Amino acid sequence: MATTRKIITDPLSDNNPITIQVLGICSALAVTVQVDTAFVMSLAVISVLTLSNVIISAMRNLIPGKIRMIVEVTVIASLVVLTDQILRAYLFEMSRQLSIFVGLIITNCIIMGRAEAFATQNPVRPSLMDGLGNGLGYSVILLLVASGREILGSGTWYHVRVLPEAYYGNGLAVLAPGAFLILGIIIWIQRTLTGNFKDD
Amino acid sequence: MELISLAVRTIFIENIVLAYFLGMCSFLACSKKIETATGLGLAVICVLGLTVPFNWFIQHYFLTEGAMAWTGIPVLATLDLSFLNLISFIAVIACTVQVVEMILDRYVPALYHSLGIFLPLITVNCSILGGSLFMVERQYDFSEAAVYGVAAGSGFALAIISISAIRKKIRYSDIPPGLQGLGMTMILTGLMSMAFMCFAGIDL
Repeated sequence: MATTRKIITDPLSDNNPITIQVLGICSALAVTVQVDTAFVMSLAVISVLTLSNVIISAMRNLIPGKIRMIVEVTVIASLVVLTDQILRAYLFEMSRQLSIFVGLIITNCIIMGRAEAFATQNPVRPSLMDGLGNGLGYSVILLLVASGREILGSGTWYHVRVLPEAYYGNGLAVLAPGAFLILGIIIWIQRTLTGNFKDD
Repeated sequence: MELISLAVRTIFIENIVLAYFLGMCSFLACSKKIETATGLGLAVICVLGLTVPFNWFIQHYFLTEGAMAWTGIPVLATLDLSFLNLISFIAVIACTVQVVEMILDRYVPALYHSLGIFLPLITVNCSILGGSLFMVERQYDFSEAAVYGVAAGSGFALAIISISAIRKKIRYSDIPPGLQGLGMTMILTGLMSMAFMCFAGIDL
C-alpha cells in the first residue's frame, strides 16, 4: 500500500513531470493565460494519461518490441481524438480557446514518456496510479503558473476579481515572456525547497 | 510579396518557440552544445518543410467535407473526415521522418551521422504537429503552406541556435543552485522572447 501511495505522491513534488523531469513544457506555457483554460487542459491530460497508461499496460505483453512506439502513438492519438470530440461537443467555446493545444496532447512528452518508462513494464493497477499521479503533478504546476499569470496579468482568479479595481494589470504576464519567467521562478522555488539540484 | 511577408512574420514575430511555446522539450534538452543545436535546427527545417505541404494535400484531398469529390463516387463525395486529421497527420509525420532518415543514410551519410538520434525524435516534437495544425486552422493555400513550413522551421533553428550560444556563454557564471540548468534556461528564454517582441511593430 505504501508503494501505491508513493507512486501517486512522488510526481506531485519530488519527481514532478514538469519541474524535475522536464516533460510537457509546451502546453504548460501555452494554455496558462487564464485559470479556466488551464483547468480544462489539466482534466484532458489527466484522463488521456491515465487511460493510455492503463491500455498500454494491459497490452504490454502483446505488443512486439520493435513496433511498440507506433502502437503507443496510435493508442494516444485515438484517445486524444476522443477528448477533442468531447470538448467540441460539450465545451465548444473552451475548445476554440485551447485551439491546437488539445491536438498537441499527442506529442506531449509526459504521455509518451510515462507509457515508455512505466506502463510497458508494470501491471495495470500501478500504471493507473502512475498515470493519475503524473497527471496531478502536471496539473499542480499548470494551475500555479495560470494563477500567477491571471492574477498579475488581469487582477482576477477564475474570472473573480482578487486585486482592487485600480490595478490595471501587467500586460507582460499575459504575453509569452511572462509565462517563461513565472515558470522559471516556480522551478527555482520548487528545486530549492526539495533540494533537487539535478543539472540537466 | 505576400509570401515573403508571411515568412518574415513566421520567423520573427510569431516565432514558433518564443511566441507559441512549441517544441520546448527539445529546445531545452538539445541546446547545451551549439553543434547539436545546429543539427536539430536543420533537421526540423527539413521535416517541417516537407510535412506541412504534404499534410495540406491530405487535408484538402481526403479529409475536409466534400474533399473526395475527385473520386467520382457519390458516397465519398459528401463525407466529412476532418475529425481524423490528428491521426493522419501524426502518421504522415512519422513516415516522412522515416523516409528522410533513409534518404540521408543512403546519399548524405555525413549529415545522417551528425544528426544521430535527433531525427527519429523529431516525430514527437510538438512544433512539427503544431505546424500542420496551424496550417489547417489558419486556412493557408498550398504555396502559403509550403512557405509557412520552411519559415516555421527556420524560426525554430534560429531560436535553438541562439539559446545554445547564450548557454555556452554563461557556463561559468555563478548561478544560485536551485536556478541552475532548467530554471536559468527558462528565464533566458523569457528574456529572448521579450527581445523578439520588439519585431511586433514591423508591418510588411
